[in-house]
Amino acid sequence: MAVKDFLRERFFPHLWCPGCGHGTVLNGLVRAIEELGIRKSDIVMVSGIGCSSRISGYLDFHTLHTIHGRALAFATGVKMSRPKLNLIVPMGDGDALAIGGNHFIHACRRNIDITAIVMNNRIYGMTGGQYSPLSGYGAAATTAPYSNIDHTFDVVELSKAAGATFVARTTSYHPKEITKYIKKAIQHKGFSVVEIMSQCPTYFGRKNKIGGAVEMLEYMKDQTTPIDSKAKAENPDLIERGIFVEKELPEYCEEYEKVIERAKGGA
Amino acid sequence: MAKKKLKSHNINRDWCKGCGICVHFCPKKVLELDAEEKAVAGDTEACIVCRLCELRCPDLAIEIETETETE
Ligand SMILES: Cc1ncc(C[n+]2csc(CCOP(=O)(O)OP(=O)(O)O)c2C)c(N)n1
Ligand code: SF4
Ligand code: SF4
Ligand code: SF4
Repeated sequence: MAVKDFLRERFFPHLWCPGCGHGTVLNGLVRAIEELGIRKSDIVMVSGIGCSSRISGYLDFHTLHTIHGRALAFATGVKMSRPKLNLIVPMGDGDALAIGGNHFIHACRRNIDITAIVMNNRIYGMTGGQYSPLSGYGAAATTAPYSNIDHTFDVVELSKAAGATFVARTTSYHPKEITKYIKKAIQHKGFSVVEIMSQCPTYFGRKNKIGGAVEMLEYMKDQTTPIDSKAKAENPDLIERGIFVEKELPEYCEEYEKVIERAKGGA
Repeated sequence: MAKKKLKSHNINRDWCKGCGICVHFCPKKVLELDAEEKAVAGDTEACIVCRLCELRCPDLAIEIETETETE
């Protein structure tokens, strides 16, 4: 199947701003699905609310566009009732880690077989550029005109600590990595997190005077490096890209099946 | 495997938003923005078919069409 066969072309051109990194995530994601050869009807994409969450509307899978921060809860319900389906949950950084932070850590902890994609543009794009838990100390936002004093989460460290069994990070400058990590995340049995650093030129770029999409991508090229690279040893401030966790642990739906069996046999 | 060679850059003008990402990051400076701020392929001879423009385009507006090289 061609890439276009996975799109709902009637909704294009999409509504994202010129140069929005979320479009590159969409681009890499459809290629991952195409390369894996998964049938469209075997995929359920569940999203919440945000510019990022609009991604589900553009894809011709089973899609659910739910409520802000709660996509993982809906996805958990779908997965538990239909464990054979592939669940993909794309989320903004606000959606995943501000309002949805609790759902996120507990989904990691349960190791339910869902692929979470955090489209991290470090801001609330949809609602006008308020700071998010990923904006970081010193960033400017509509709600932090004198600069943000909250420290950032690290999506990778948080996911690791919460128990996710697959954790990777890349950026919208690295489209081949987007496809590669999403493929691996979907194939992984258990809870997978792929953080994709994405650019919001309209709010984050403008408020922080970084420039447009091109300058923001230059920044992602310069400020990131593969895990354990020589560059990282020389400059510890660089953000690492790659696969941080890939391990096997009992998966939630399978464990739940066992509970059902125990309940039937017992009493 | 037979080598793929460029057939054409198929750019969807209705979808392209003129962000300039493909233009700036093309390693061979093949692409440019025209007067309507839409991407167009200029020096197609220089294209090395790396497909980075196609993969990075946030609007899925570029497709690199190839054909198999015949000896
Ligand atoms: C319960 C609830 N609270 C607040 C909102 C308003 N709201 C919509 S999207 C959003 C945040 C969007 O930011 P993010 O999730 O980072 O995604 P982005 O738009 O940057 O892709 C907020 C606060 C809402 N829709 N529902
Ligand atoms: S506001 Fe930001 S995140 Fe939303 S579509 Fe525009 S560039 Fe993308
Ligand atoms: S990257 Fe895509 S949207 Fe941006 S200028 Fe090139 S073709 Fe147009
Ligand atoms: S395929 Fe590569 S060389 Fe050819 S136009 Fe695209 S980015 Fe440039």
